[in-house]
Amino acid sequence: MRGTIQRGRVWILLDEEGRLIEDIDTDQIFHNQFLHITEMSLMGQYALGNLEGWSDFSQQAEPGDIIIAGRNFGAGSSRQQAVDCFIALGIGLIAAPSFGAIYYRNAVNSGFPVLRGLGIETLITEKILKPGDVIEVNLRSGEGQNISQDKVFHLEPMNPVQESIFLAEGLFNYGKTL
Amino acid sequence: MGKTTIEKIIQLHTEEEAEAGKIVWMDLDVRTARDFGGPNVVKNFRREYGNEPVASAEKTFFTFDLCTPACSLKYADNQQICRDFAREQMIKVFDVDRGIGSHVLMEEGLAKANSSVVGTDSHLNILGAVGSFGQGMGDVDITFAFKTGKTWFEVPQTVKVILSGDYSPPTSSKDLTLYILKKLGTEKAALRAVEFFGEAAKKLSLSGRITLCSMVTEMAGIIGFVPEFERAFQEDVAAFSGTPFDPVQPDEDCSYADVIEIDVGGLPPQVAAPEAPTNVFDVSDLKGTRIDSGFIGSCTNGRIEDFLEAYRILKGKKVKEDIMLKVVPATKKVYGELLKNGILGGLFESGAIIDSPGCGGCAEGMVGLTGEGEVQVSTGNRNFPGKQGKGKTYLASPAVVAASCVMGQIISPEDV
Repeated sequence: MRGTIQRGRVWILLDEEGRLIEDIDTDQIFHNQFLHITEMSLMGQYALGNLEGWSDFSQQAEPGDIIIAGRNFGAGSSRQQAVDCFIALGIGLIAAPSFGAIYYRNAVNSGFPVLRGLGIETLITEKILKPGDVIEVNLRSGEGQNISQDKVFHLEPMNPVQESIFLAEGLFNYGKTL
Repeated sequence: MGKTTIEKIIQLHTEEEAEAGKIVWMDLDVRTARDFGGPNVVKNFRREYGNEPVASAEKTFFTFDLCTPACSLKYADNQQICRDFAREQMIKVFDVDRGIGSHVLMEEGLAKANSSVVGTDSHLNILGAVGSFGQGMGDVDITFAFKTGKTWFEVPQTVKVILSGDYSPPTSSKDLTLYILKKLGTEKAALRAVEFFGEAAKKLSLSGRITLCSMVTEMAGIIGFVPEFERAFQEDVAAFSGTPFDPVQPDEDCSYADVIEIDVGGLPPQVAAPEAPTNVFDVSDLKGTRIDSGFIGSCTNGRIEDFLEAYRILKGKKVKEDIMLKVVPATKKVYGELLKNGILGGLFESGAIIDSPGCGGCAEGMVGLTGEGEVQVSTGNRNFPGKQGKGKTYLASPAVVAASCVMGQIISPEDV
């Protein structure tokens, strides 16, 4: 069975003033000029490519990395590529105070871990999470541990439908079990 | 406890208890895919299900609206991938001549009150305008919906927004919508349904409701409904869609997550400045902003009433030299009626460029391109950075766009 503990290096999507960037929309995550791309392996290079200050993210990211984003991450269009580009890079988890509704569904259906956490802003301002820290998150319980700083934090765990789809590694596989 | 509009509609499509916060599996009356997203749906379907049939061909549709007719080789290929699959599966295609899919679904009576509709269009919640639960989804969701006719959905909480006061022309439903965006931001309606009440909501025409409901997406909301209406409106919608209009009503004792009152009395025209639809100002605050181009159309402002509003300003006037005004009717039906009543000819005489029905200025592929340094004023719904190119986009009503194109700068229709 698929592991429900994600461990990796943290990227925190901050602006120039060190604040979490809110309302990052799907055009900033995966620009519409690349929408014709349907092959997942080609999508990773464009991840966050249109987000100011983050256009080189795809060159720096490593499999297992964890992204912390601001409120309403993935606002905007319904493009699946905005999730698939992170899967292509092997990103282990995206956590944000909230996600765009469609984006959240797309991630859940792909079996890609996304967790909500209302307290994320505080975790950043109080430096419980800093860029580059190595953290471990239990997707089932929402418990998080900052290994670099020996601190703990909490995110909302996966909901039951999300967990079933995650464990089946995607909506299609899950559908076959119904 | 009573139920909200969204709880009632979902309840009609599930055996589980449809209560805010619960995730239920629900039946879908209509499943659609566009020329964007559609090719991925076909690819997913063939990979996962091979030659198996869709759950119900008569409830499944393709609607091409992004690049109509195809304006790049890739779109031509992608549309043909969908057509070939549709022929195999006996699925109807509303092809490149028909216009914006969500609007076609309403015109055809496929998206009707209390129905559930999904598609690969993030503005499909526009269907809330006719009391239908429409929802844009990604290609994985839609593939699953094609095959099973079902989806999972987290029943959203509902915010009640009461619009008090009244406004008069040239202020229109777009100005109302932008002002609500200013007040709600992307936070207050986030992941929630919205029910709009008050006289200003009740008297909205279908076109006005389409404008308002389309931009609930930009409020980060799930869907918007306007529960109250006059009898004449009920008859209009029935005649328009060829199907009775009898939407469920929220119970008096239903539970709202929030109740927000917004005073729209005497509201002046509004404009959303770059780079967010919530970055809204009175038009007078932006007066004099130089523009290069204008766009009238989109799912938000692509109906007959919208072009009439622009025509009233442009009649007998000319688009300023060096300004490009692009006009794109939402659908073939709208285009046809504008041809018949002379409005399209009038807009042409004023100097507008008329393009074929579709998403127009909101789509990167069609006519929605801005060059670096270009300033565009658009009736569309998004002005995020880079959305339509490197230029800057201001969002406004058809009247404000028309007036601005006459003067070459952002200006109130009253000043033209």
